[in-house]
Amino acid sequence: MSTIVAPTGGSRLRPGPASRARKARNHLATVFVIASFLVAVIPLVFVVGFVISRGGSVFGWGFLTKDIPIIDRELGGGMKPAIVGTLVITGGATLMAVPLGILGAIYLNEYGQQRRLARTIRFLSEVMTGVPSIVMGLFIYVVWVLHFKNQTAFAGSLALACLMLPIVIRTSEEMLRLVPDELREGSYALGSRKVRAIRTVVLPHAAPGMVSGALLAVARAAGETAPLLFTIGVVTSTNSSLFHGPTTALSFQIFHNATSPFQGAQDRAYGAALTLILLVFVFTALARVVTAFYARRATAGD
Amino acid sequence: MDLAPVRDAAPRAATVDPVLTRPTAESPDVDAKEPAPGWDQREVVFDLADIEVRYSGAPAIRGVNLQVRAQEITAFIGPSGCGKTTVLRTLNRMHDITSGAEVRGRLTYHGEDLYGPRVDVAEVRRRIGMVFQKPNPFPKSIHDNVAYGPRINGRKRGDVGDLVEHALRRAALWDEVKDKLKQSALGLSGGQQQRLCIARALAVEPDVVLMDEPCSALDPIATARIEDLMQELKAEYTLVIVTHNMQQAARASDRTAFFTAEVDDSGNRAGQLVEMDTTEQLFTQPSDPRTEGYITGRFG
Repeated sequence: MSTIVAPTGGSRLRPGPASRARKARNHLATVFVIASFLVAVIPLVFVVGFVISRGGSVFGWGFLTKDIPIIDRELGGGMKPAIVGTLVITGGATLMAVPLGILGAIYLNEYGQQRRLARTIRFLSEVMTGVPSIVMGLFIYVVWVLHFKNQTAFAGSLALACLMLPIVIRTSEEMLRLVPDELREGSYALGSRKVRAIRTVVLPHAAPGMVSGALLAVARAAGETAPLLFTIGVVTSTNSSLFHGPTTALSFQIFHNATSPFQGAQDRAYGAALTLILLVFVFTALARVVTAFYARRATAGD
Repeated sequence: MDLAPVRDAAPRAATVDPVLTRPTAESPDVDAKEPAPGWDQREVVFDLADIEVRYSGAPAIRGVNLQVRAQEITAFIGPSGCGKTTVLRTLNRMHDITSGAEVRGRLTYHGEDLYGPRVDVAEVRRRIGMVFQKPNPFPKSIHDNVAYGPRINGRKRGDVGDLVEHALRRAALWDEVKDKLKQSALGLSGGQQQRLCIARALAVEPDVVLMDEPCSALDPIATARIEDLMQELKAEYTLVIVTHNMQQAARASDRTAFFTAEVDDSGNRAGQLVEMDTTEQLFTQPSDPRTEGYITGRFG
């Protein structure tokens, strides 16, 4: 290739001026990206570190198993009622929102597609994502709590489910959209009907992403306070029932105790915050392990 | 077995040839004659009359009249965008799942209207298998890929083992995968994946296998293997293959249909069938100058 001569006339392998500029820009971009990442991580590290340092002193087995003191001023005590409440309320909300959201997403992506009804639902679900959580709480308060004249974990679950539903629909539909059409066609070409193709090919392929989406919604719901303010009431002893009597939640206890002037209450607030973070962490890790297991099983066969 | 899940108890009209109700394609008319190599004596499997396919109202191909006969390899050739794949996909009603696609005209399968009101689409696709351009194994194990079809068609978990082996042997893949049936199908090479897809299609015991450019993603060695396979399969199945590789059509097929796309008066580009003949005739003495131009490389 003697017709192509390096502009400097020297080595062909040494960078020319244009190449040096590209290299510099590349370095600059790399530095910028890494710096942005570090900046983004700072608040996360700070928050977690702060909560651990303040909440670590009260956190322990006793904290997880004792009732909440009736008097804020009291030192010690635990958060068991709030932990149980959070688990029951979030669990109830998950049981309602996740199946409904996934079925809704299946309708939108596999059946409705660009039909008018599907487009309307998609739009409303997007609007619902933006509705402030306190409005959801207010809504359930008016249509449920005032109607049945009692505050229960279930009322809180309803409010959280309203909040989770659009997130689940959105992420699940996105995951279904990523399933290649070739797989659907492959299934249809072997004589499967739509429901069968969805169950045997589409859903297994989308499942890991759907679990991530559901988790995102669960984590978000577990930390919500506003929808629970009107709906679940307050207790200081454990109520593990979903449908009977008022209960309490970690997020609500954080809010209540942190705004109290007493040292004991403030310690409990940080303890509750640490508990909540750990709870979300444990569930996320658990779901990842389960998803990885199923994803492996789906690709390696059963 | 019948395409339609529910049928009238009354005997069918004499105009409808009840071939679909027979387990195999054994027409008494054909049996009575000498099984001559002459192609016009072979039984007609598909009969397309004035077929037109529209996508969102715009015709992609129109005026297609052709017949596909049993135990032959029929090749559809033509330049890109001429609608050969579109025609292929009418044969197992694959357009039903494409939104906006619409098939007009009359298409019969063994004399029965394929688009008839009571035809069961799932049964159509079970009888008329399809292999796609891009190998599309499911992200499951090799075994489960082949077992998928039999299972969705009601086979129990236990008794698919022999069927899987048989299908893999028919697809000339058994020796390569027999020790790793539990491994993911995605770990196979492209050529192996395509043969797996053929095995998967054969496992449901179809009458017809449609192949949409089955070798376009494969190297020449893998292509040769699939072509050999097609020659073996032709004894039992009716094969229709879409290809834009003329050598492949000339090598592998018994009969060839040449399609092309032309812009009509209103400015729409729509495909059409130029001619169909035995492969030998079409490649040596094409009756249409456009066919000659294409096969000699003057256009397309």
